[in-house]
Amino acid sequence: MRQFLRVAWVVMRKDLTVEMRSREIVYTTVFFAASCVLVFAFALVREGRPLEDAAAGILWISVAFAGTLALGRTFERERHTETLRALMLAPSDRPAIYVGKLLGILALMAIVEAVLVPLVGLLFHAPVLARPLWLAALLAAGTLGFASVGTLFAAMLVRARSRDVLLPVLLYPITIPVIIAGVRGTAALFQATPDEPMARFWAALLLFFDVVFVTLSLWTFEPLMTES
Amino acid sequence: MARVFVPLVLAAMLLFAAAPLVVASAPVEQTMGLVQKIFYYHVPSAMLMFVSAFVCGISSAVFLFRRSAAADRVALAAGELVVLFGAIVLVTGPLWARKAWGVWWEWDARLTSSLLLWMIFLAYLLVRRFGGPGSEKLAGAMALFGMANVPFVYVSVNYWRTLHPKTSVVMTLAPGMRAAFWFCVAAFAAMYVLLLTLRKRLEDRQAEVEQLYLATDD
Amino acid sequence: MAVGFDFEQLVVDDVSRHFGRRRALNRVSLTCRAGSILGLLGPNGAGKSTLLAILSTLLAPTSGRVRYGEYDARSAGAQLRARLGLLGHDLYLYPELTARENLVFFARLYGLDHPHERVERALAHASLSDRGADQVSGFSRGMRQRLALERALLHGPRLLLLDEPFTGLDDASGHALLARLRGLRDEGAIIVVATHDLDLAEGLLDEVAVLREGRLLNVPPSPRSLRERYRETVAAAQAARDGGPR
Repeated sequence: MRQFLRVAWVVMRKDLTVEMRSREIVYTTVFFAASCVLVFAFALVREGRPLEDAAAGILWISVAFAGTLALGRTFERERHTETLRALMLAPSDRPAIYVGKLLGILALMAIVEAVLVPLVGLLFHAPVLARPLWLAALLAAGTLGFASVGTLFAAMLVRARSRDVLLPVLLYPITIPVIIAGVRGTAALFQATPDEPMARFWAALLLFFDVVFVTLSLWTFEPLMTES
Repeated sequence: MARVFVPLVLAAMLLFAAAPLVVASAPVEQTMGLVQKIFYYHVPSAMLMFVSAFVCGISSAVFLFRRSAAADRVALAAGELVVLFGAIVLVTGPLWARKAWGVWWEWDARLTSSLLLWMIFLAYLLVRRFGGPGSEKLAGAMALFGMANVPFVYVSVNYWRTLHPKTSVVMTLAPGMRAAFWFCVAAFAAMYVLLLTLRKRLEDRQAEVEQLYLATDD
Repeated sequence: MAVGFDFEQLVVDDVSRHFGRRRALNRVSLTCRAGSILGLLGPNGAGKSTLLAILSTLLAPTSGRVRYGEYDARSAGAQLRARLGLLGHDLYLYPELTARENLVFFARLYGLDHPHERVERALAHASLSDRGADQVSGFSRGMRQRLALERALLHGPRLLLLDEPFTGLDDASGHALLARLRGLRDEGAIIVVATHDLDLAEGLLDEVAVLREGRLLNVPPSPRSLRERYRETVAAAQAARDGGPR
């Protein structure tokens, strides 16, 4: 177990170090997410002003799009140097490598969301500070669900053809429950009087989703990544 | 397998051919009229779509964890049938809905889950076709995750909107209708098994051809 | 990692591998003992990279077995990978990290004790001690090669697999690599080198295996040069192919 955590930690630290050297993925993903929000703000208009009820939906769509982009770019980097092979060659537990990569993606998404939430609050007059802890919990659970499946698929797609378009094709249908739960939970929090029990229900569903899909991903990572 | 095959074909064809007659002879429903009879095709297709999704998911798991090529062939056949029966459901559904509820589509739990499941398995076929070498494993993971996803999709959409007639619709059928309904279920099930078997056999032959091709190299 | 698992002999037993309709390897058998260097020669597409991938356990054969001592890949499990080192075409280095960071990462990943000492020793071997804090993206091909080789050797593997290691190296680097490999061989390693560079490989190889279209060809053991023997072998195979029954 200690070995498992050590390997995951080492992989995550390496990913973050590599990213911090150029900060390429962080900057471009944050910018992309912000542009998403803007595009939606202009596209979904009523009486010449952005639709305020759409805040929750726009937040989560931007997270999903930005997340897909970040996943693709991160693994493209590994593919470029073929280092994923080197990772698989190591005598460590393969699922530990998956966890390390997942943690790296989560750190990246946390940065993106830290920018997105205030932006959405600003543009759509959404009460993001009404129940900040619940909002953070929803975002954390939802991002984990999204990233757990995304990391697995993106890792598998490294050696596939048409990988750029296949990632969203595979990821979005599977993560629809995450989006639904995230949006409805966040919308409940953004109401005039925040509906905490509702948010709690959706957060619980997200947590359940996380448990199931992280477990499934851990199980299937090794058989999927090894060619035989 | 071969000995069961011919009777299977005959049984499936007979049942399937007889189905329209059976449906026609069933009593006409009061409120919705003739259109309600779409139900006899719609519901069995939906049932089989879900069954096929599970077959695909389970055989994909066997393929991934036991490395069984035969399981992968079953998964492919089942995956295609999910898309086929799903298409039937998604075409007959709106046709019925238009008459029954006045709209072509509604975002309720059952419809949305079915659409999503259909899309997941459409993605399954896309990956197999365009993913390049090694895409069978990728698709297998997709099928497995898709199958595991079904309860989540259902619950989340259910609490999101509700409009579809609840499951009870099958139980409260008039006796005459019930017989016709179960006959259709049997007919569709037989057809499903036949199609699955045929498709798997096609893949088996294909694999044999590949083996022979390789053997000529020696 | 514990030094529990080790082996003295590598046996490739009737290994075949196909990708769909393409047969990459066709019933290849060979044996290597500790303290020897085997050269895998052959034209492009002959199956050298595939064989190396199978030997590194990253790929499984569709038939046949590879035995590491008494164990095969599946029974030995993760421990086996602790005794293998692979240096591929792509050098498996992170260009954004410094030389030292690259080595430390792999040392930690492999769970090696005293990572920093090992890393310093490795940098010394690679003659890169003064460049340890520089990003790999600024290194020349030769420098990256040296670093990548040390990375593959960090955990002291028994079996070292090299795929075209002499590509893009200048004379001096090439000879340095030769010396390093000879040293390792004398320490008891099993080294398998796939290469095109017959001149450099001349004095290095203890044994030679020539692959063509996935098949192992018979190499005449003669005192002639490697280049001539190779050419003879390939020509003989071609003649057999053309002259034989259609």
